[in-house]
Amino acid sequence: MSVFIILIITSVLVAGGFLVAFLWSVKSGQMDDDYTPSIRILFEDEIASKK
Amino acid sequence: MRGIILAFKGRLDLCPLYMQEKCYHCGAKCTTSIQIEDKYFCCDGCKMVFQLLDDNGMCQYYDLTNMPGLTAKGVFISDKYNYLDNQAIQDQLIQFKQGDQAHVVFYLPQIHCVSCVWLLENLHKINPGVIQSQTNFEKKEVKIIFQPSLISLKQVVQLLSFVGYEPMIHLGGNDWQKKKKVNKKQLYKIGIAGFCFSNIMMLSFPEYLSDQVTDLGNLRPLFIYLNLFLSLPVLLYSASDFFVSAYTGLRQKWLNIDAPIALAITVTFARSLYEILTQTGAGYLDSMSGIVFFMLIGRWFQDKSYDSFAFDRDYTSFFPLGVTLIKDGKELNQSLNDIIKGDTILVRTGEMIPADAILKEGVALVDYSFVSGENAPIAFEQGALLYAGGVQKGRAIQIEVVKPVGHSYITQLWNSPLLKQAKNATQSFVHPWSQYFTYVLFSIAIITGIYWWIMDTSKILPAVSAVLIVACPCSLLLTVTFTYGNVLRWLGKAKMYCKNASVVEAMEKIDTIVFDKTGTLTNHAASEMVYIGVVLTDLEQSMIRSVTRESLHPLSQMIYQLLTASQVELLKVDHIQNSIAKGTIAAAHGHTIIIGSVKLLLSEGVAVNTDYDHSVVCIAIDGIFKGLYKVNHAYREGMVDMVHQLSTNGYAVHLLSGDHPTESHKLKLQLGTSIPMLFDQSPTDKLHYIQQLQAEGHCVMMVGDGLNDAGALQKSDVGVAVTDQTHLFTPASDAILEGYQVTQLFHLIQYAKKAKRITSIIFILSILYNLVGMYYATQALLSPMVAAILMPISSISIVALAALLSFSYAKAIRG
Repeated sequence: MSVFIILIITSVLVAGGFLVAFLWSVKSGQMDDDYTPSIRILFEDEIASKK
Repeated sequence: MRGIILAFKGRLDLCPLYMQEKCYHCGAKCTTSIQIEDKYFCCDGCKMVFQLLDDNGMCQYYDLTNMPGLTAKGVFISDKYNYLDNQAIQDQLIQFKQGDQAHVVFYLPQIHCVSCVWLLENLHKINPGVIQSQTNFEKKEVKIIFQPSLISLKQVVQLLSFVGYEPMIHLGGNDWQKKKKVNKKQLYKIGIAGFCFSNIMMLSFPEYLSDQVTDLGNLRPLFIYLNLFLSLPVLLYSASDFFVSAYTGLRQKWLNIDAPIALAITVTFARSLYEILTQTGAGYLDSMSGIVFFMLIGRWFQDKSYDSFAFDRDYTSFFPLGVTLIKDGKELNQSLNDIIKGDTILVRTGEMIPADAILKEGVALVDYSFVSGENAPIAFEQGALLYAGGVQKGRAIQIEVVKPVGHSYITQLWNSPLLKQAKNATQSFVHPWSQYFTYVLFSIAIITGIYWWIMDTSKILPAVSAVLIVACPCSLLLTVTFTYGNVLRWLGKAKMYCKNASVVEAMEKIDTIVFDKTGTLTNHAASEMVYIGVVLTDLEQSMIRSVTRESLHPLSQMIYQLLTASQVELLKVDHIQNSIAKGTIAAAHGHTIIIGSVKLLLSEGVAVNTDYDHSVVCIAIDGIFKGLYKVNHAYREGMVDMVHQLSTNGYAVHLLSGDHPTESHKLKLQLGTSIPMLFDQSPTDKLHYIQQLQAEGHCVMMVGDGLNDAGALQKSDVGVAVTDQTHLFTPASDAILEGYQVTQLFHLIQYAKKAKRITSIIFILSILYNLVGMYYATQALLSPMVAAILMPISSISIVALAALLSFSYAKAIRG
């Protein structure tokens, strides 16, 4: 049964890790703009030279 | 205008080649033959932008979207941004500066497509002084990091303006940072509540089944105390808003919806704590954290507002940040706040008059459409008093300030005591039944208490607290937040952007709708000149076109464009004499032609035979009056139908206008005489009119657009600002409506009314859930299992039903 203690501590720590990651992402501004990155990803480096 | 376009279509084969083309840059119709190879442009501005991009290998701009550009309108005024050289103004705008790096954020309302984002994020290719630029599409903002040693702030702004994205720089608009912080806090709270909720749920699982399957033995206290530990952040941090709001409500002797929620949270926690400490049970910590989590999500969903709109603009947002001061013959750049009485200011073409002032030099041709709604610019001569808020259309003028910015005529409106009272202060923003809900809840709790007092005193506390836990109004609150959140979204898709959910609630009560005429029922963009009088020969038309070409007066320009569109030839003008603010006398082809006001014609001895005296341009050739051009306000299509629709459905429709009553009979003819119409209304008149209607007990919606409506918009119960370009100036309002959707107003109001029906339907559902829970609770049988199942099921089904109903009701406005 004591394995439960280890498992539970591990699971809470893992989940806590994700919580910290989420809080960090909010703090660093990753949630500020949830639209523009979807546009930006479509840009290619150079598709057209002079026309 | 439509007629002209139709005429064009018919004669397409006769048109020169360029007339069939659309501008490669901005997609506007080409009226001149500016071209590079096979690409046509509508103006030199567009061509120059294209060349700039082409030179820098940035033609991807044109590959991402067809004709993405913005028309390079007007003249590029190189010294317009001189005030940005002023250090004090720079400090205000630059957010962060370290070494040779400066960060600045601009609001660019013109951002509209993929190409915009691409171009703005590749500014460094055009000017190496720009290190990095990042756009936020939804907020219409661009953050630029640049090197001040290579490119000055002024040059950055000039670069942006050159490629068509003129930043909006205003006195009042730097409050965006505050908004962002609030938003982040909400996300933190949701994240923490979610984390705690899911872990508590998991740790409580053995508890649900503890009797049947396993006996955790000495592990059980660990699970329970871990739960207790995890619930603390939910109670103390995530739920803090509910407690704060309930407390403020109680202090104002007002039982708001958060009060029973705060009570339910407290009771749930207290009972759980009691059970845990006395080792009699595991408590309902899972339900408590779940409630908090779901409700926070609901609030976030509802509060996710339109970031790029500003609903609370006051006059400071309309005025420029800096002005050009003239001191000892030199031009100085000065922050607007530092302007004092007696200063002399230079106002260039297209700039706004920032304070009440006396015209000292030059001829003022002021467009007050922004203030009064009157379309035609008004001319002033030296010594005239100019009110703040007008836009100079003529050449540069010098004015002497007579009143500081904060005391001008237009800003006085905001200082009116009538507007000082906060609007919607007492609006509950919950279903009216919720008042009864609280009472019913407390009566049931008391009856349960009395019943168990008689039957079995040991069960009083468990039963009463169970009632309060189960009947927590969270399902009601979820219903309301998700319903209104969805309704707001659908209204937004129909181009009506409401400030918040209480606007939707207020729309339900509207019984009177007051329209401002200009810009609301009429369409600025579609205004055109019409000719009334003796039919003109081709030669006469040619003469008029040639003469009007020489004049900068906007009315002349409109005539010129009208005649250009009908392809009248240009002639050589032999002699031209402009008399200020009156008109032009010219000689061409051996004829004398007078184009100007009625006054000018009379003073030249021409007999004028007309009833019109305002906003008209008279034409006299060789001393004989031929006719006149007048501005024809184009009414929005479907406007008449809408007004009839509103009045037949029980709404009282009123019409206010700052305009002259020249068109009153035409309007009366179309709309019927039963509709009260008032003309020549000053901003204060409008404000008082609304106030009077409200005093008569009406709930008033004001639909207007100009700054002159600002007072009325604020005073009304629902102020709707109409705009043809959503991201340009809109005065403070509760909702912003796109111009072409004005005719849909009836359906939009009907939809907002549906919100109440939706909440009622879902409310019945949530009462059913409550009855089930209550059945267990009153018998003191509420097990953690029942609570744990009931809570998420009710929450999720309510959210789903709210989404479904608001979607199906939106059929009429989805179009």
